[in-house]
This record gives sequence, C-alpha cells and structure tokens, in this order.
Amino acid sequence: MELFQVKSFEDLQKVKENTYDKMKIRFMDRNVDKEIEKYHILVCSGTGCTSSKSNLVRENLEKEIRKRKLGDKVKVFKTGCFGFCKLGPILMIHPDRTFYIHVEPEHVDEIISNHIQNGQVVEKLLYKSPSLNKFVQTMEEIDFFNHQMRIALKNCGVINPEDINEYIAMEGYLALAEILTNNTSKKEIIENIKKSGLRGRGGGGFLTGHKWEYAAGYEGEKKFVLCNADEGDPGAFMDRSILEGDPHSIIEAMIIAGYCIDAHQGYIYVRAEYPIAVQRLEIAIDQARKMGFLGKNILGSSFSFDLDIRLGAGAFVCGEETALIQSVMGLRGEPRPRPPFPAEVGLWEMPTLNNNVETYANIPIILRKGAEWYSSIGTEKSKGTKVFALAGQIENTGLIEVPMGTTLRTIIYEIGGGIHDNKEFKAAQTGGPSGGCIPAELLDTKIDFESLTEIGSMMGSGGLIIMDESDCMLDIARFYLEFAQDESCGKCVPCSIGTKRLLEILEKISKGKGEMKDLELLEDLCYSIKDSSLCGLGQTAPNPILSTLKYFKDEYIAHIKEKRCPAGVCNELLRIVISDDKCIACGICARVCPVNAITGEHKKPPYRIHQDVCIKCGACIPKCPVDAIYKA
Amino acid sequence: MDHSIENNNSINYQKIDQIIDKYKSDDSMLIRILQKTQQEVGYLPMKVQSYISERLNIPISTVNGVVTFYSLFSQDEQGKYTVGVCMGTACYVKGAQEVLDAIKKELQIDVGETTMDKLFTLKTSRCIGACGLAPVITVNDDVYGRLTPADIPSILYKYIKTHKKTEIQL
Repeated sequence: MELFQVKSFEDLQKVKENTYDKMKIRFMDRNVDKEIEKYHILVCSGTGCTSSKSNLVRENLEKEIRKRKLGDKVKVFKTGCFGFCKLGPILMIHPDRTFYIHVEPEHVDEIISNHIQNGQVVEKLLYKSPSLNKFVQTMEEIDFFNHQMRIALKNCGVINPEDINEYIAMEGYLALAEILTNNTSKKEIIENIKKSGLRGRGGGGFLTGHKWEYAAGYEGEKKFVLCNADEGDPGAFMDRSILEGDPHSIIEAMIIAGYCIDAHQGYIYVRAEYPIAVQRLEIAIDQARKMGFLGKNILGSSFSFDLDIRLGAGAFVCGEETALIQSVMGLRGEPRPRPPFPAEVGLWEMPTLNNNVETYANIPIILRKGAEWYSSIGTEKSKGTKVFALAGQIENTGLIEVPMGTTLRTIIYEIGGGIHDNKEFKAAQTGGPSGGCIPAELLDTKIDFESLTEIGSMMGSGGLIIMDESDCMLDIARFYLEFAQDESCGKCVPCSIGTKRLLEILEKISKGKGEMKDLELLEDLCYSIKDSSLCGLGQTAPNPILSTLKYFKDEYIAHIKEKRCPAGVCNELLRIVISDDKCIACGICARVCPVNAITGEHKKPPYRIHQDVCIKCGACIPKCPVDAIYKA
Repeated sequence: MDHSIENNNSINYQKIDQIIDKYKSDDSMLIRILQKTQQEVGYLPMKVQSYISERLNIPISTVNGVVTFYSLFSQDEQGKYTVGVCMGTACYVKGAQEVLDAIKKELQIDVGETTMDKLFTLKTSRCIGACGLAPVITVNDDVYGRLTPADIPSILYKYIKTHKKTEIQL
C-alpha cells in the first residue's frame, strides 16, 4: 500500500480521486455496467465472522486466485461488520453486490469457478428470504437491512479498514482538511455540532456540542481528548464494530476535537478483550501518522496532535468517565464524585474532553453534510441514528443502525425477523446492567433518550437483548445484579454493600424462600442505592430490579406465594414430573436416576418421582422413549 | 493464596527489564507494563510485582492494588490453555450457564481454578462481543460459538491432543 505524506487539501483530493477510481467497482449499478469483467470480493473480518473462520475463507480465496492467475481480474479485501452476524462468515462480491452467507473455506472453489469464471451465482450460499420464500441475491433485498439507516456504520462492510486510502476515498479526513485549510473558527465548529443536536451515545445522552464548549472554555497548561471505547455492557458490540470497521472516523473526529478545545494529545481507552479492534486501531494510527494527519503541523497547518492507545484490563466501572481517567493514568479505576467534571479537572488534573466511540463516528459526517441534514433525522429531542446490538432470543441477531424514533416493534419484527423458534415475546432489555426491561404492551414506544427513560429503562450504549417466554425475569434481574455486584469497585458503601443485599434478597426469592414484605424492602433499598451511590454504576444498578418489579411483578409473586417459577428457570423451584397418561412404565428413567428418586412397578404405569429425593439433574428427561417426563 | 516463590526461578527477569525500560519514562504506563509482563511470564506472582515496584520506584501496595483491581491480571499460575466462558447477557439467555456447567464437569474444576496437569484454567469472561454467535467460549485466542453442552468434550479433547503431540515432539 502506498502512503503519501499529505501536505495540503489538494494532495488529499488527489489521493481521494485516485483511490475512488480503484474502488468504483463497489458502487456501480450492476444493470448498467454489466460488461465489466472485474470483481472485488469483500470478506467480513469483524469479530463475529472471524470467530467463524472468515480468515481462512479469505486466505483460501487469495490462494485460489493466485493459482488460477486471476489476480488482474479479482481482488480480495477485508472489510468491517455487515451487521448480520448470525449468518457469518459473510462475503460480498462487487459489482453485482451478491451477498453470500455461511461461507466455509471449502466453498471457495465453487465461488471462483461458478461466480467469477462463469458468471453464475452460487445459489446455495444465498440468503433465503422468509417473507418472499425464495433466495435473494443482494443485500438490498434482505428485510434485515431494509429499515436501517447507516451513518455511524456507513463505511462498515464497504471499505477495507486497514487501508487509510479507502477511508479517504469515502471523503474521509476531508472535514479535517477543510477546517485546517480554511482556519475555521473553533466556535463555528462547536456551534455546528450543537445545532446538529448530536447527543452522547455512551448512555447519558448529554449534548455533545455543549460538552465540547465546556471543555474549550476551561484553561489548562495542557488539555486532553479522550475516547471511551471501554464497551463493558454485556451484550453490546456497537463500538467494537465501529473500531474494527472504520477506525479512521474516530481518529479524524478526535483530531477535530483536539483542534476545537486546544488539546494536542488524545487517548483511546479500549478493552483488552477486543484484540481485533486494538490491532486495527494501531494500524490506523500508524497510517494516519505516516500520511501526516497525526503529529506535528498537520496538513501544513500550525496545529499538532497525536494519539495513543490505552488498554483496559477488565473492569466495567472504567466505562464511568472519572474511573476511566484514573485507569488511563495507570491507576486503580475508581470513580470520584462529580463536579468537578472532567471538562474542568480530568487527566492529570487538566481539562479533558471525553466522548464515546459512536459519538465520535458521527462527527466527521455531520461536519461534511451539515447540521441541518443531521438534525432532520430522528425525533424532536434525539437527533440522528442509533446503533443497537440486537441479541438474545431473536431470529436475526446482529448489529443494526436505525433513525431515532423507530419503534421497538419495527426493530424486533421487521428487522429482527421476530422471536426465535416462533415463541412469545416477553421483554426487551435496553441499557445493559443500568437499564430496564420493556414489556410487550410498550412495543410501540418510539425509541429515543426521553421515551426510554420515561418507561423506566434507558438508552444506554445500545445493547438490545430480546427475551421470550422461556426467560424468567427474576433470574434476569438476578443476573444483572450479580454483574453489578461483581463489578462494583468497592469505594462507596451504597453500591458495594447495597447491591450485595439486593442480590441476597433476589436469591432468596428465586429459591422460594421469599416473603411478600421482601418486595417492599427490595424497592426501598433500590431507591436508597440510587440516591446515595457515588457513580453511575451504583446509581443505575437497581434499574433492572425496579423495571422488572414494575412490569413483571406477577412473576415475583408467583415465586413467593406459589413457590413456582413460571418460566421454569429457577432450579430450586423446578419439579420434574412424569405424565400419568404418557408413561408406559418401561423403567428406563428409574435406572438412570443417580439418586434412586424414581420408583414404580414394571409395566404398571405410572412411575413416580419422589420430589424430596430428586436433585433435578434432568438425566431422566432425554431418556424417556415417550417424552413423558417434563419440567414443571 | 500460594504465591509459590520457589517456583519462580524460571522467570526471565531480562525480559521484564526490557519491558520496564521501554515504558518507564511515562509514569502512566503501569498497567501496560503489567499487561506485557503477564504476557511474558503467564501470571504476576508477588515476586514479580515487588520487582516491578522496586524498578519503578513506586510502593508495592500501588502495584498490588492495580493487579487486584483488574480482572485480567492473575496472581496464580495459569494453565496452558485458558477456557473463557462468555457470561454476557446474550450468551446467558442462550444457555451459557449450561455450557459452563458442562466444562466444569468435564475438567472437574471450578471457575478460577486450574487443572492438576496445568493444562486448562477455567474462567468466566465479560462480553467478548460475539453476541451473534451466542453462547460463546474462548480457548486462548480461538473462539467457539453457537455451542451446546454436548460440543464441549470434543473441543477440549482437541487441545489435549495438540498438547500430547507437542510433548512427544519435545
């Protein structure tokens, strides 16, 4: 790859045009440009597809192309996440935009022989649309992508994230170059971001423009720009996908942020659990330095800025900005009370601007396309789009980006394809351990910062976990509390001890030992912890309990009064029973039972399970030849 | 906790020196130094922590405070392969607990423990972000997705086999 030192706006334009020329196969209309005999194969190299061996597919493709001497005709590229992670490994062939799914290394031969050499689509690797009940060839025909709008993810699945030239071809670094060439005033840029209505995507939803303005307003001997890429929410992978698929958008935004607040050093704090994201960032920073976007006198201007990566070491609380600042300095990631906010007192006591990955990803495009364009998308108070990681009991798991104001129903049934195995929808969980569960009757809620808070949940960073009838809401609340309790840093009492007590009460109820007065105690304690905890972790940790208590109180009551878990999850309340009608008294179950809890007389149905002896191991269930044993 | 000082003869202090020399000019690099040292040594026994504290001229309580705060640092010797079971929400609702139970049963160890032959260490991990493939486990750098408890024995056996092969070659 050639990297030119870019010294002016004209240099950048040249790189952009040259690279776009090489990439234009990817943007052609296959109906018009049919005669083109060249192909680009984009192989998804996000964590999801890499886990299902997309690397091997790519290597095999390259090997086969070399072997058949097709190098002039076909080129293979890595690309970022397409979003439809369930179907991985995914590859896309341009110019005909064919979307192949579940591609195994052994399919490579067929793809090259049939598709590339004979122009015949390999049908068995296409997506079968459930709504049309037929195989569809392009991404545009797949329902999953139809209701989406990609702004933060615009380059994911389009460019090679390890090639800075491709980012430039998609108008990358142009916003920065314009600012530095025209010497745009800091005030004007900040004003623009304020006007766009962009709000922090890390969960809080604070107006980004205001944050920048505050940070610009404080004087300091040194100032810093921080990127929070410590995506700790279990079940969320938005930031990771952006870092893996479009790392330069973050770098460009951070340089612009540095320019606006007068900082010359930035840090990206990223989880060590994301090795691919870290590697792509390292490559991207290195390339940006070589081309002159980072370092001294960027693009020939008087502005200098550099970036460094800091790796997290596995602590959820470090997503809280004051804790994150401690961790960047190499210390224990313990939060401190705010104010003073980091904009005033941050890294090494200096003014520091901290934003989330997705927030930064929106900045370059806002500056390119204008604040009016951005603020025309979304709802009155929440502008733009939001990326969600859709997971759990849903048909189409993956990464989606939708305009603010899209309803949950659209996300779950149109994009998500409904509940897995045609089960009944029970709840959608947003906001991770800080958020809450949304019941079926609120499915038509238009998602934005305000509406989610109103119904007792929160936007959070974008994890969206779908639950069905087989999930026990008490167990889900217990799961989140266990998480919060485990991750509590121990600095303040309400969080470290309070969450422990909450967890104990939940465990007591899930074992069938709860009393009705425990529910009141639970609620009281929740509010005390919310009011008195030091940082966001403790202040929001009770949310999963409060929201499940609000919408699914009947499940709590069933555990307490009837000693029954309606979803059949809480082990201690489970009973394994034999159906009288179905039992044929073969005696197999009695023989496999490790504790001899099953008795009966051969050929004289039914057999019985003695509940006081049964250890609920479930060994008997799959052994029954007539499926007469079940959990109740 | 046994920090088995006697076993530390094999620790390569030269390598640790190289790491420290590379990062010591920047006083915010303690976490990076510990990460690199753990990569090199495999874990962070007390002796190594006190060595780092002396070399950097910072109190051992600071070093140990950082080591014990972050879950990716370990003070005990780790197995050759670390099996991490993702306990993120997406994996949890897709049955990660059953997968974890199957591994516990297969290896006869609990979370945080290492097998007698020092081959496997079992850990639960926070979300690794492969939620589309839930439930997921990692064995060192390899990722396995869409698992059921029945898949576990064959995955573990693969590593036992590779280990035996390398031992024969040695």
